[in-house]
Amino acid sequence: MDTKNNKKDIKFKINKKEPDKSNENISEDKKKRDKTENRLTVATWVVILGVWYIVTKLELFSTTLVPSPYKVWTTFLGILKDGYNGVPLFIHLGTSFERLFIALGFAIVTAIPMGLLSGYSRKVKAIIDSIVEFYRPLPPLAYYTLLILWFGIDNTSKVILLYLAAFAPIYIACVSAVNKINVDYILSAKSLGANQKKIFFKIVLPACLPEIFTGIRTAVGVAYTTLVSAEMVAATSGIGWMVLDASNFLKSNVIVVGILIMGFTGILIDFGLRYLEKRIVFWKGHL
Amino acid sequence: MENKDKQEVLIDIQNLELIYGTKKNSVLALDNIDLQIKRGEFLCVLGPSGCGKSTLLKIIAGFIKPTNGNCLMQGKFITGPDWHRGVVFQSPTLYPWMSIKDNVEFGPKMRGIPEKEIENIREHFMEQVNLKGFEDKFTFELSGGMKQRVALARVLANYPQVILMDEPLGALDALTRFNMQRLIREIWKENNSTILLITHDVDEALSLGTRIVVMSKRPGKILKEFNVDFTNIIFDNGSKHVLYSENYFQVKNEILDLINSQIEE
Ligand SMILES: Nc1ncnc2c1ncn2[C@@H]1O[C@H](COP(=O)(O)OP(=O)(O)O)[C@@H](O)[C@H]1O
Ligand SMILES: [Mg+2]
Repeated sequence: MDTKNNKKDIKFKINKKEPDKSNENISEDKKKRDKTENRLTVATWVVILGVWYIVTKLELFSTTLVPSPYKVWTTFLGILKDGYNGVPLFIHLGTSFERLFIALGFAIVTAIPMGLLSGYSRKVKAIIDSIVEFYRPLPPLAYYTLLILWFGIDNTSKVILLYLAAFAPIYIACVSAVNKINVDYILSAKSLGANQKKIFFKIVLPACLPEIFTGIRTAVGVAYTTLVSAEMVAATSGIGWMVLDASNFLKSNVIVVGILIMGFTGILIDFGLRYLEKRIVFWKGHL
Repeated sequence: MENKDKQEVLIDIQNLELIYGTKKNSVLALDNIDLQIKRGEFLCVLGPSGCGKSTLLKIIAGFIKPTNGNCLMQGKFITGPDWHRGVVFQSPTLYPWMSIKDNVEFGPKMRGIPEKEIENIREHFMEQVNLKGFEDKFTFELSGGMKQRVALARVLANYPQVILMDEPLGALDALTRFNMQRLIREIWKENNSTILLITHDVDEALSLGTRIVVMSKRPGKILKEFNVDFTNIIFDNGSKHVLYSENYFQVKNEILDLINSQIEE
């Protein structure tokens, strides 16, 4: 026991000896690592594109099954110009994103207060937690059929489905954030004369923001995949529907275009969220 | 007149006992503590680590309730945290989402002091802790010593009756520590503050305190009190020569012997 502790102490001291220098080294190391990581990512995609090109060039599979990169590109330009099924691409994307963002908005507005409250009060947690824990592991498409029966095939059922998908990660992040708050923040605020309400808004909420943001990013990811699956089961428009419709007519080039669009927009959304995160919780990591 | 002022008891601790945990797993942290803090004094608490120093401070701050005994401030029971008792933590609990300015203004703002007055208070104390010009910086842009000065300014801005500090300089390097000690002494003098400071550094206690309380190992009891005056001498002379005097070594050795007797046993 004792020797263990001693070892820890010694390590700690060595680490602390030259904090500036080691910090510099770390950041330099990190830059180097970032560079190699970026190169690896780019290389991976070059290889994927290359293999794709070669496979289609050699016509190893029929072109209806595996369209060539060039065909996909022209299909993309075609859809960009004329839309799909007479509906412009931006409308497909627009309907999808409208569903996504309405659901997310509701989820953010409800999950944050409920989550923070659950973190505060064990009684509230006992009520909400059990419901969330029950539906969270269910495959969304299982209860989606019920939602369609109740709310019809239109937007409402989809928005509710996405709302449920997005609610859980945000709620869970809030509960965990409250439980992780540094108690000294709250004690010092009390010692400085803050009342309960001010402590909530000035201390608890901001202290939880970094984790809330992580929760929202997870929620966007989950909701986005759910959205696409939902549109593939029942819809008349949207980017997911486009892919489903194309598959009915064996238009593999459109399927690939749809998948690529989904992938890129997903990355873009996360990029935007990360940008917001950097601006709003710029102090993340300094808690 | 001034003498009478100095006699006023601000904090009165009677027969204090504190037990952590439940019956089966309980720890007796403090046992039979009687202690008074008088207005204007600089009380330093020394003791082996784990003896209950922080626990004592938390009780005075109102963060935890005594198991037995009383803890009063100006004749009233301490029931919870209160801005009349400002606390400086060992690791500064500054709020990283607020600028330095907002951190320092936090207390007065919470108490609904008029805007204009808050500004004056902030300017005054930012100057007192030598941090003018850092108002719009964020806490993570400051060094450890600067952070602790902000924490001090934040507490001072409320004009508390007592300032409680739990090893505030423990994490700082020697040079910063030395400068911070001088700053704390000057602030104490200039503001006529009443300070309770916990430390494990005997020299720090001797060069800052007007009274030093040495605690026993757990369960913490008060072993002995020392009335000293080195801090005033240092302040008046503007030098720390007194730290090389015969008298200083005598007291220091006595305290060291006392503390060592607690560790060796
Ligand atoms: N929340 C707690 N629960 C149980 N035991 C505690 C708690 N806080 C402190 N203690 C115990 O009480 C004793 C005194 O602790 P503390 O006041 O922090 O000592 P010091 O500040 O003098 O190092 C220690 O033995 C510590 O392990
Ligand atoms: Mg302690």
